Amino acid sequence: MSQSALAVELKGIWKRFPGVIANSDINLKVTSGTVHAIVGENGAGKSTLMKILYGMQKADEGTISINGSDLVFNSPSDAIDSGIGMVHQHFMLADNFTVLENIVLGSEPKNGIRLDFAKARKQISDIAAENGLAVDPDVLVSELGVGDRQRIEILKVLYRGAKILILDEPTAVLVPHEVDELFNTLRDLKKEGLTVIFISHKLDEVLSIADEITVIRQGTTVGSVNPHTQNVSARDLAEMMVGNELPTPDAVGDTIQDEVVLKVENLSVFAKGGKAIVDDISFQIRAGEIVGIAGVEGNGQAEILDALMGIESASGRVQFKDEDITNKSTRHRRELGIGFIPEDRHRQALMLEAPLWENRMLGHQTKAPNAKGMWLTPRSAKADTKRIVEEYDVRTPNIDVLASALSGGNQQKLIVGREMSGEPKLLIAAHPTRGVDVGAQAAIWDHIRHARQSGLAVLLVSADLDELIGLSDNIKILLRGKFVADADPATVTPQELGTAMTGAGEAA
Amino acid sequence: MNLRRIGTSLIAPAIGLFVSLAVTAVILVAIGASVSTVFSSMWNYGTSPRAMSLMLNLATIYFLSALAVSIGFKMNLFNIGVNGQYVLAALAAAVVASNLTLPKVASVSITIFVAMFVGAAWAGISAWLKVARGVSEVISTIMLNFIAIGIISYIIVRTPIGTETSLNIRGTKAIPETGMLRGIAFIDPGTQIYGFFFIAIFIGVAYWFLLNRTRFGFDLRATGKSATAARTSGVQSNRMIYVTMLLSGAVAGLVGLPYLLGDTGSYTLQFPTDWGFIGIAIALLGRNNPLGIALGAILWAFLDISSGQLVLEGVPREISTIMQGLIVIVVVISYEVVRRYQVKSEQTSVAKALAKQEASV
Repeated sequence: MSQSALAVELKGIWKRFPGVIANSDINLKVTSGTVHAIVGENGAGKSTLMKILYGMQKADEGTISINGSDLVFNSPSDAIDSGIGMVHQHFMLADNFTVLENIVLGSEPKNGIRLDFAKARKQISDIAAENGLAVDPDVLVSELGVGDRQRIEILKVLYRGAKILILDEPTAVLVPHEVDELFNTLRDLKKEGLTVIFISHKLDEVLSIADEITVIRQGTTVGSVNPHTQNVSARDLAEMMVGNELPTPDAVGDTIQDEVVLKVENLSVFAKGGKAIVDDISFQIRAGEIVGIAGVEGNGQAEILDALMGIESASGRVQFKDEDITNKSTRHRRELGIGFIPEDRHRQALMLEAPLWENRMLGHQTKAPNAKGMWLTPRSAKADTKRIVEEYDVRTPNIDVLASALSGGNQQKLIVGREMSGEPKLLIAAHPTRGVDVGAQAAIWDHIRHARQSGLAVLLVSADLDELIGLSDNIKILLRGKFVADADPATVTPQELGTAMTGAGEAA
Repeated sequence: MNLRRIGTSLIAPAIGLFVSLAVTAVILVAIGASVSTVFSSMWNYGTSPRAMSLMLNLATIYFLSALAVSIGFKMNLFNIGVNGQYVLAALAAAVVASNLTLPKVASVSITIFVAMFVGAAWAGISAWLKVARGVSEVISTIMLNFIAIGIISYIIVRTPIGTETSLNIRGTKAIPETGMLRGIAFIDPGTQIYGFFFIAIFIGVAYWFLLNRTRFGFDLRATGKSATAARTSGVQSNRMIYVTMLLSGAVAGLVGLPYLLGDTGSYTLQFPTDWGFIGIAIALLGRNNPLGIALGAILWAFLDISSGQLVLEGVPREISTIMQGLIVIVVVISYEVVRRYQVKSEQTSVAKALAKQEASV
């Protein structure tokens, strides 16, 4: 099988966004008729790469060849024409249509001007039978569960004639037995000669299904392994994924005080279907303490942070110092002195089409230097924005430019500077140094450490394990919405942490 | 940088005006009229003192209507119901004012308060529907327009509130002269400019202050720029929907007053009912900026007033409606083009400036 033709070959793919290099010199060979997994941390460049392969974005450099011929994709329809199909992580189905209608939507078989449902039904049941995808074509999609919906998505791409399937984090939404079913389906597809590209960061799953695994780290392919012929463990993969090049923040002496700043009891957040995304967690943070949360993205981190800020509704109890803030508004929490660096800066932390100094006010629009009573004070807000720009080395010609004009790293520096202003008592931070260059990263760490010495409590979520280990006094490992273990940052290595995060540690 | 931003934001309306003039010229040629005669006669009439006075009066109404719409637009809340809000408010104001026998200042103040209250209340129904039931405000405000018109017809035709006024039109009892706010003639000696012209200027300034200098205004603009970021910053979206919709409705309540208190003195079945939609167009033209809205309102009013001249030139007066429509379409498109260009050019100029800084270090 390993000698057969290449279904997909990517050579020297580069993709740059303003201020960020998403993909640098990516090389990927996918053998026809195999399941090929692409693993890497979030932000490593997996999704950009798949968007390039599916024609949603164009590479700046590099070539794509499908079944041996070089092609240029200008849009997803070009990719579909060459037999590539994408199953998105978020399903794109119309709830009020039947399974059949959803599958044919957009490429309906026609008989004159009439829809030929009989023909479609036949085609679909043929495809379904060949690939072991059991679905009832006449059920409304709204009545189906997640696993069935995913099967419909797969049928949809097969119906359009796809021979190469891209599955983007397909198991993120599934419960374990659904994952098993999906894997059976994938094995059937492979038997039919189809090629599957499987994107994931769950290493144990990848090892059980993939014929070949390519690891991406910081935008580039760092290696490929064949789990059938090479003896690789989840631990080895985690090591490849995490790497070890960034400067390590050095932990400084104990600054932890007695006062408990944040006390969380039995916090749970539920998804719409009732599934617990955050599952009954409790912890506390004292003044001068940094508690880190380690976990693969999507295991509930964003929801914990949103719940603590009062943005997402949750059950349980949250106490800030002596005050029960469980039912308090986001604004009240911010006014108490809780700074927040959210995970998604474009969605949650910035007004992209507003000048920097207005962004400096965001989230702090009720306090000095931004407001006095009900009136805004633009002059002092601008002065303070200049201070942040200088102290945090935000590279910008002036403070009147729109936030969208800055590179991601400089936007992040502005956000960190803003949230560290006004002497917060508690900082809730997700990936505080994501996207910033190495020098600025060290400066941000210094700022956080400095504030900690004067009693700042920090809840830190980070995908950068060195950062997590270097800054935290205490690390909690989050898996599927639960704290599954604690790690001592004084002794744990990034490799051990990476393994524990993926759940592979339980087996190892 | 700021000068450049102002410059680019003037480009869009300039393009809009130019393209619509060009297309209108083509249409005029097509129907066999002389382009230069038509345009020059519109211009000559439109710049006469009397026409300019009428224009300012009409622009006052349009300005208020567009302000009401743009308060909502600023946070992506679409109040399409200014029509319903202002007709109900005008009716209520006419009824109350006609029964008041107070000094002018007191009487007019009460009338204004009643109109704003009724406008806000009517808009508040849509806010409640949106917050409590998730009904899109676009749908509910449009529906409430029809309901408002229906209610008014019923009141005027079937209840003792409506009486025969002069010329055999049913309407409310005439407002006594002490309750009117007529105005002064300062451009054309024969034509008064509504007293509301000055009130509208005041409201325009207040609108600017509210939006740019208050915490509430910041919350509102933040919600419009990024609802998720605003929420994370502590803005309570439901509360914002209520407050914004009530404010929008309160300003909408004023739309009918310049005409009611400055001219008719009575709400009749012939009271215009489509100023709200014109307000939407002008809010788009003026980009929700009070100065832009003022210019847009004057332009719109100019085209309305001078369209009378078209008939004298043997050209259908609908030509001016076509021009108005064209202006809105072209301006909206060119705003978007200019906006994208602006974002891009700022990114490149920031990159350039930084590269220079780096090189000099």
